[in-house]
Amino acid sequence: MPQHPDILTKHICYHCGDECIDEISYDEKSFCCVGCKSVYELLFQSNLCSYYTLENHPGINLKESGSGIKFSYLDDKEISKQIIEFSNDEITKVTFYIPSIHCSSCIYLLEHLYKIDHAVVNSKTDFTQKKIFITYKTGETSLRKIAELLYSIGYEPAINIDDLAENDKPKVLKKLYYKIGIAGFCFGNIMLFSFPEYLSLGNLDPFYKHLFGYLNILLSAPVFFYCASDYFKSAFIGLKQKHINLDVPISLGIAVIFLRSVFEVISGFGAGYFDSLTGLIFFLLIGKLIQTKTFDFLNFERNYKSYFPISVTILKDKTETTTPINKLAKGDRIVIRNGELIPADSILFKGNAKIDYSFVTGESTPVEKVFGEIIYAGGRQEGDLLELEVVRDVSQSYLTQLWNNDAFKKTDTEKTKLNDVIAKYFTYITLAVAITAGAFWLNKDIKIAVNVFTAVLVIACPCALALAGPFALSNTMRIFGKNKFYLKNTGVIEKLSKIDSIVFDKTGTITQVKNAELNYYGNLLSNKELSEIKSLVKNSTHPLSQKIYESVKCDDEFEIKNYKEFPGKGIKGFVGENEYKIGMLEFVMTGDNKEDTENKASKVYVSKNGKLKGYFLILNYFRKGLSELITDLNQSKELTLLSGDNDNERQNLQEIFGTESTMKFYQRPEDKLHYIKSLQDNNKRVLMIGDGLNDAGALKQSDAGIAVTESVTCFSPSCDAILSSEKFRELNKYLIFSKTTMNVIKASFAFSMLYNFVGLYYAVQGTLSPIVAAILMPVSSISVVLFAIFLTDYFAKRQKLI
Amino acid sequence: MDVMFILIGASITVAMTFLFAFIWAVKSGQYEDRYTPSVRILFEENIQSETENKKL
Repeated sequence: MPQHPDILTKHICYHCGDECIDEISYDEKSFCCVGCKSVYELLFQSNLCSYYTLENHPGINLKESGSGIKFSYLDDKEISKQIIEFSNDEITKVTFYIPSIHCSSCIYLLEHLYKIDHAVVNSKTDFTQKKIFITYKTGETSLRKIAELLYSIGYEPAINIDDLAENDKPKVLKKLYYKIGIAGFCFGNIMLFSFPEYLSLGNLDPFYKHLFGYLNILLSAPVFFYCASDYFKSAFIGLKQKHINLDVPISLGIAVIFLRSVFEVISGFGAGYFDSLTGLIFFLLIGKLIQTKTFDFLNFERNYKSYFPISVTILKDKTETTTPINKLAKGDRIVIRNGELIPADSILFKGNAKIDYSFVTGESTPVEKVFGEIIYAGGRQEGDLLELEVVRDVSQSYLTQLWNNDAFKKTDTEKTKLNDVIAKYFTYITLAVAITAGAFWLNKDIKIAVNVFTAVLVIACPCALALAGPFALSNTMRIFGKNKFYLKNTGVIEKLSKIDSIVFDKTGTITQVKNAELNYYGNLLSNKELSEIKSLVKNSTHPLSQKIYESVKCDDEFEIKNYKEFPGKGIKGFVGENEYKIGMLEFVMTGDNKEDTENKASKVYVSKNGKLKGYFLILNYFRKGLSELITDLNQSKELTLLSGDNDNERQNLQEIFGTESTMKFYQRPEDKLHYIKSLQDNNKRVLMIGDGLNDAGALKQSDAGIAVTESVTCFSPSCDAILSSEKFRELNKYLIFSKTTMNVIKASFAFSMLYNFVGLYYAVQGTLSPIVAAILMPVSSISVVLFAIFLTDYFAKRQKLI
Repeated sequence: MDVMFILIGASITVAMTFLFAFIWAVKSGQYEDRYTPSVRILFEENIQSETENKKL
């Protein structure tokens, strides 16, 4: 690969590909920061420069990685014991989750760790799960050093004890693979052994007929008893709870086919339906596998523990020791350094606290706290070292007690799933048909009656029905995934299709303060004027004021006199002799109403001594396409906005959301949860859209919770779906498409019923031959699957999703 | 027609071989990560590195 000469002239960091502002040259290459350079040096010395040839600028920028993140707690035996998977005197095995794995260069580097540190025996990555499995020599290095090594090359491990807890998904999947393998094997062989019977048209030597029959029994036994066992279990559990799920008619069908076939072979009546039986189970299992598809690299189950550190430094008898966070008790003195998270509600004892609550509220402006004030858990300290005294246990803190709410204990008990509704009617109707047809023949011939009764149950086995759902849903999930809308599982689609009211969180969900761009238009402001404006907006907690304060780069501060804030309008005050008014145009220039309505929400006007100077335009303050999205959604859904902030912006928001939407401000996390609950009590199906930990309760309580995030691998609270913020505008499309998918499934159901009617036509007459069943069954299954996939793809194309 | 017995035996044996190969593949974790190996195979030094590892 060439040495990217163009890049050298453009001064793009050789390591991470960012623009070099304070360029560092080394080895004829440009680097944007010391961190990137030192990683390059390290890789160069270790002869690992292929890292840079596999992909362009694969490195991870080290400028923004949190400072002061120490792995010293990994020296603590009690903590390391929970992380290490296996250890003896020679080697130790450990698995880390590394969110920043993103390309093949990452795999290359991480699998060659032994070249950098010779104590590493072996390292293996799992790209899709973003995990690294490391084996190292026990005596020569430590867990802490391994973590620090990963951190130093830009792959910071996200260590969390909850995440590392045994995940049984691979085991379940493995079992499913075994079952599919065995079912496929038996299905193929049984088909082979059934051909002589089908093709000989009854002229088969009775000896061979028996031989093949018994071989088929032998081969179908493992399929019936092992591969199909989950269906029987699920049907049994369902019946025990007096609730008919789709597995009930399936189990009934399977059991009847098996018993009747065994009886036919033993008594010599016929060949049985073994190929239909095994084929059916084989297809069903494949459907099941399709349905277990998930986005492995995303985690939908995070609670506050995922955000919190594993250990914390406590001060005991004037010496610092680390203690696991779950042993933190009331009254402990803790030390919090720059960039560390406050794990429990505490009182400030020492230090200048500047707490960034962006984790909790999405609001990134740090809040200052003084001696004696309570600092709530979840904030991140920016600046000096703090000494705090813990006043509440971690689990009882203001933020974390939300997780004690019942909403977090409930399991998904919804019983009105489309599948189950259909299963109920399907079972009753099938049984009714079977009994009627059986009774009709009973007067004439008891043999035919039994034959007809079982044949109806055989042919009515809802195999195609059971397949249509999984294939349509998983295809939709795949289409959503391509559109950066990631669902936790396929069940979410049905929930989304039923939504009739939507609740938005404000900060971080519909607004994006961090990435907003600020521009000034109008008469030029002098530096002094800018400083004066900056001093004035400092007094306001309004997000737009905060944004101006952050963006204006002036150091002078002026004293403000007669400061006054008018909620929803603006602020005014005197700086020296000059009166400034900052806010909406009507407020700044009374009587002047020629303002255009476009972008009104994000324009902040400035006037000095009654003369208009110009305005600040804050671009992207609200997420792109917000008002269009709201207009679309308003047509069919009931919208609510919940905000933890004050109601300064009520007017702006009301303009976007329209007068019919509800708006609630000053909402605590529990209030949000209770509000969702009250909507549900009024028989609403609620979709919650949030982003921060403060929405976690509401996301959990709602019928479907979507977390909006700037980067999908970032931590997001537990939810049903993760939506990449760049696709925020598309939300309405996604909701419509989930409805379309449910309609596709209904159409597939109707389609598969056609086959059932054809089969029933033969069955009730007592002329259902094994060959008819053997043809009808796979044809119906495969065609229904293709039908479902084709239709979802077709509608996705029409709705411009693929 | 006695050849049928041999054929049946042969066909089942062949099929069984594939079944056990499949079960072995699942058991050894080949279905757990279906992406990374496809990248790993393209790293040139990998063969060398594994022999180095064994020497250690």
